[in-house]
Amino acid sequence: MNCKLGTWAVAGLMAASPVMADLVFPSLSYRTGPYAAGGIPFADGYADYFTLLNERDGGIGGVMTRVLECETGYNTEKGVECYESTKGEGALVYQPLSTGITYQLIPKATADDIPIHSMGYGRTSAANGDVFSHVFNYPANYWNGASAAINHILDLNGGDISGKKIALVYHNSAYGKEPIRTLEKLSEKHGFELSLLAVDHPGQEQKSQWLQIRREKPDNVIMYGWGVMNQVAVQEAANIRFPMENFIGIWWSGAEIDVQPAGDKANGYKALALTAVGDDFPLYDELRQYVVDAGKAAGAGDQLGTVPYNRGIYAAMLAAEAVKVAQKMHGTDDITSGQMRDGMENLVITEELMTELGLPNFGPTFSVSCQNHGGEGLVAVTQWDAAAGEFVTISDFAPTDMDVIQPLIDEDSAAYKAENNIESNCN
Amino acid sequence: MFYREAGDFSTTYPQDSQTFPIKFDRWRYYAVLFIAVVIIPFVINDYWVNSIFMPFLIYAIAAIGLNILVGYCGQVSLGTGGFMAVGAYACYKLMTGFPEVSMFIHVLLAGGITAMVGVLFGLPSLRIKGFYLAVATLAAQFFLVWLFNKVSWFYNYSASGQINAPERDTFGILITGPNTEAWATYMFCLIFTIFSAVVARNLTRGSVGRQWMAIRDMDIAAEIIGVNPLKAKLTAFAVSSFFVGISGALFFAVYLGAVEVGEAFGITKSFLVLFMIIIGGLGSIFGSFAGAAFLVLLPVALKVIGVDWLGWPTDIVAHLNLVIVGGLIVVFLIAEPHGLAQLWRVAKEKLRLWPFPH
Repeated sequence: MNCKLGTWAVAGLMAASPVMADLVFPSLSYRTGPYAAGGIPFADGYADYFTLLNERDGGIGGVMTRVLECETGYNTEKGVECYESTKGEGALVYQPLSTGITYQLIPKATADDIPIHSMGYGRTSAANGDVFSHVFNYPANYWNGASAAINHILDLNGGDISGKKIALVYHNSAYGKEPIRTLEKLSEKHGFELSLLAVDHPGQEQKSQWLQIRREKPDNVIMYGWGVMNQVAVQEAANIRFPMENFIGIWWSGAEIDVQPAGDKANGYKALALTAVGDDFPLYDELRQYVVDAGKAAGAGDQLGTVPYNRGIYAAMLAAEAVKVAQKMHGTDDITSGQMRDGMENLVITEELMTELGLPNFGPTFSVSCQNHGGEGLVAVTQWDAAAGEFVTISDFAPTDMDVIQPLIDEDSAAYKAENNIESNCN
Repeated sequence: MFYREAGDFSTTYPQDSQTFPIKFDRWRYYAVLFIAVVIIPFVINDYWVNSIFMPFLIYAIAAIGLNILVGYCGQVSLGTGGFMAVGAYACYKLMTGFPEVSMFIHVLLAGGITAMVGVLFGLPSLRIKGFYLAVATLAAQFFLVWLFNKVSWFYNYSASGQINAPERDTFGILITGPNTEAWATYMFCLIFTIFSAVVARNLTRGSVGRQWMAIRDMDIAAEIIGVNPLKAKLTAFAVSSFFVGISGALFFAVYLGAVEVGEAFGITKSFLVLFMIIIGGLGSIFGSFAGAAFLVLLPVALKVIGVDWLGWPTDIVAHLNLVIVGGLIVVFLIAEPHGLAQLWRVAKEKLRLWPFPH
């Protein structure tokens, strides 16, 4: 027994001591709790992409990558614990996949000179890189999402939605509340009537909200939901026979697992998208060859091609590309978190680059600058085809109403800047 | 052998009635204080303070607060999360409204505001008892969370409904915000924890505490011997909420820095603190510390052993954590219903006779 304990202790020490010269990507994942349905495939995709880079290319620029996974359960306290326990390992960038944890980490990571990439979540006004030097939310943010949803409704109605009733069903948290101000501005601009329906964490109880929708009969419903809330909402919408083609979710409410429980009744449900759907990309052949078939896949290895998995791949791809930019900029392969930040700030994603990576037309094209940490904010729309069991892209990556969004970003970030006495990042 | 009172003579009444009448106990207490105040601040780093010490100290204050209400006065409360939220939001409004005032004063005032709210929600306790009171405090929990979500004045009309702690200091040392030093936040919380523990301990030893315990043990009998139930119950609610409010203020301002009321101060928080005092021991200040340490350290320890040492998948460890915590609670309730504090008491009893028990 003593001998065994001793071996364990030695093994533990060896496992705990850091390997020199590697690129560390902490993955603050959640494979447990009410949000695991989205957290598991995202974490799998994130880890698998770095495994692929290690197996196929020997890391990035010859330096191996290492993914440090830490379970947060979508809980901010555990998120802080995870941040503190991983930052000492040389973490390059944090992607917590939780708006609450992002809010928590923004000041901490900025003080520690570690960038945060909140891809399509987090604090929207962080798109203003002049104030939020270490926070990036490219390729699109929540306000782009709200605007994209309204744009889609405008398209369907020939550009005139005055007098229409639109309801927002949202997760009653920082995440769900983000789009409200944008939607209010847009309702002034386009003359539609907005009603707000909050759903409390974790989102399993939505009877009263959908009863209200049944009574008020809004023309369209927009949803900002996550985790189990999505499945319940789609099911409830089916129960009250709400026309699914008028129900549109943000990109976090558009995974296969969200609509499958409702069966055929979910047919026609729409969701915004940051990434392409399916696994019909050259990269996936390599993923199967180097990662899945080699038995190195994260988790159960059965999530390839699902929407959140693709998003994990995309998040990892953007991080890896930023590393390459940083390596080129600073002339060193083993970069630090501060250099990673510079790489992220000079990231340009073009169609050629994505094709070269084996992901043609996988996401929107965008470029990041010191002032703009949010990219151009191009958003696509997908629709659920229940018979085929897959999401279909019905409108390609299209611009959103930056005339409305940009002033809001400036206003909110200016308030943050004044409140915290932040100096300008860009000169 | 080590722990005995032989040769330990009290010659005055104050000596006899001090908190730790046994010399060994007293020295152990001084040693713990010495290590906590003088040694730890010099060796502590960000990880230890943010993952272990700060949550432990803050939850210990909350557990002391709840223990006064449940353990000493017998009034079951499920509203701890809501009262912590009151402390947090009061502290936020004070911090943003009066930026030049020291954090010490803000935290104490936040405790005072929570005490007033606690008294308000304690009023039903004069008419209802037991399960019914638990339900009334549960209503307080849900009402307060709803209130802080609904009324945007509480979060200064921010778009996300989150509150963020701006940078504030006390005596020129940064206490909140991202640029704090590990030792500063640790010392700040430690001072409040020591203060709470000393005040709570002395209150429970004095006439107020005896009134609470009389109400707990049998309220009608207490009333007959002259205890005023109105005064006893409401002071218990006030003192308890004061400590819970302080812990809520520290939890938000010093520990997390940004909170969202539904997530940080939901019903799970009320249960967590209740579990702490049940596991630690009802009606014991030491039990509050033991319970807080147990429930804060166990998940961290399991994570370090499971993920960092053994390399198990994170989700397995997270699930194991739930199983083990749940199992341990059941085991404790069966094997030692009076909690860790009782184990400690029994151990001391045994040590007094050791190594010659007969």
